[in-house]
Amino acid sequence: MQWETVIGLEIHVQLCTGSKIFSGAATRFGAEPNTQACAIDLAMPGTLPVLNEQAVRYAIMFGLATNSTINLRSVFDRKNYFYPDLPKGYQTTQLEQPIVGPGVVEIELEDGSSKNVRLHHAHLEEDAGKSLHEDYHGMSGIDLNRAGTPLIEIVTEPDMRSSKEAIAFARKMHAIVTSLGISDGAMAQGSMRVDVNISVRPQGSDELGTRTETKNLNSFKFMEDAIRVEVHRQIELIEDGGVVAQETRLYNGDTGEARSMRSKEEANDYRYFPCPDLLPVVVDQAIVDEIAASLPELPDTRQKRFITEYGLGRYDAGLLAGEKTMADYFEATVAQCDDAKLSANWITAELAAALNRHDIELEDCPVSARQLGQLITRIIDGTVSGKIAKQEIFPALWDGEAGVDQLITDKGLRQVSDSSALEQLVDQVLADKAEQVEQYRATEEKKRKKLLGGFMGPIMKASGGQANPAMVSEILKRKLEP
Amino acid sequence: MSLDKNDIRKLAVLARIDVDDAIIDDVASKISDILAMVDQMQAQDTSAVEAMANPLDAVQRLRRDEITETDQRQSFQAIAPATEDGLYLVPKVID
Repeated sequence: MQWETVIGLEIHVQLCTGSKIFSGAATRFGAEPNTQACAIDLAMPGTLPVLNEQAVRYAIMFGLATNSTINLRSVFDRKNYFYPDLPKGYQTTQLEQPIVGPGVVEIELEDGSSKNVRLHHAHLEEDAGKSLHEDYHGMSGIDLNRAGTPLIEIVTEPDMRSSKEAIAFARKMHAIVTSLGISDGAMAQGSMRVDVNISVRPQGSDELGTRTETKNLNSFKFMEDAIRVEVHRQIELIEDGGVVAQETRLYNGDTGEARSMRSKEEANDYRYFPCPDLLPVVVDQAIVDEIAASLPELPDTRQKRFITEYGLGRYDAGLLAGEKTMADYFEATVAQCDDAKLSANWITAELAAALNRHDIELEDCPVSARQLGQLITRIIDGTVSGKIAKQEIFPALWDGEAGVDQLITDKGLRQVSDSSALEQLVDQVLADKAEQVEQYRATEEKKRKKLLGGFMGPIMKASGGQANPAMVSEILKRKLEP
Repeated sequence: MSLDKNDIRKLAVLARIDVDDAIIDDVASKISDILAMVDQMQAQDTSAVEAMANPLDAVQRLRRDEITETDQRQSFQAIAPATEDGLYLVPKVID
């Protein structure tokens, strides 16, 4: 039987406010345990929450960027459950009246097609603390620095049909929140965490199958793997006559395995009710309009601008505009070298490959946009060949050996564009290959082009890769004329 | 709606409370009474009444995004039953 996968996502995004959603404690990542957990975060008796204005504004920005309704009146609820990293015994969140939603987001797929994914809503809530299960004499350690960090939880309709679509959507969310500057998007630090709801159904059926929820995936790679594993498990189970149980599952990125965390049977009853400590949040339409007027450039707009302003293809433009840091890097490179196409090629090929190879993010890239721009400038003005730039200069820049021009001088990499020197080089090689020269001249003109490579290679090699290829080609053609 | 013993046992598990078998019939009958009262309230037509999040005719005040709290870990941890390496220690939890 042909099966169809149905996926809905819940994405938690940490908002990069300076202070917490309900207290004046700092939200900085990586601080000493519990040094940023104040009396409110610890749920000390008598404390009361006061809502952070910036968190509200960020949520509104997100709503506007995703073509969503902004609910001028929203309400905070209590979601009750017991866990030691949740000192109050409830999470303050929004259930019935969230601040954002519904909305719709267009995603673009690899084959160039696009599709709409509907947002059910997005709500504001607080993050919990962290439990450390290393052995503290048979006890667990609790760090409450993260408790009270503002989050938006983005909830989609079950509109995605493959892991590719789900990842395209998650990437789009990442691009939007980072472009808006409402989150740092640092997934490895938990700034964006994805829960994936997955079910399968026979192709053509319009009834939804029973879904499972795989929680807390903090990389696109884990998302892809977890979806593949779960879809496979569900199909096998059904084909063997079994029934999918509605449950929450945990995926372990290290082992590539998932296990059941809790089933619906034992599901928590969260006993939601409106939080009596917080009044309804009412936002003036004028504030929404003001925020709308000052939204930064969004990934879609930037992609379009890259196409019209820089003449990039749709795919490259999408790739570069999809990540704010990458888009900024690209524009800084172009500002330096004034060649958008070469910049795009270098960033999507050489640079991306190097980042991948060293497993680091663009933020930590040792080659600055300015340096890359300088290198490209030296290719354009003929100082070095593209090949030398890739093979010699770029790796040296990466290792921080020196600046571009210094490297070219120190390593003697300047491209040979002196025509008399090149003529000599060409003559030398042609003399060694007299037979091939005869053959070239005997070949009809249309087919000669193919044979040129047989001379170009050895000439470039003889020059140590430093000959100006355009000039060599010209000299070569001239000399080969019968 | 009335509840039987098994309903009560399941509720006890969900509520993480230990209900002794000796009192289970009594608990079942008391909770059933409460549910009966809820049923009675359900009979009222509230379709025209808007849900109320708060009885006060006021809206939430917002605060500026400023860090106003300082590190007081030492004071807080002085009253905690167990701490180590700056962490609060609790009975082992595995989810």
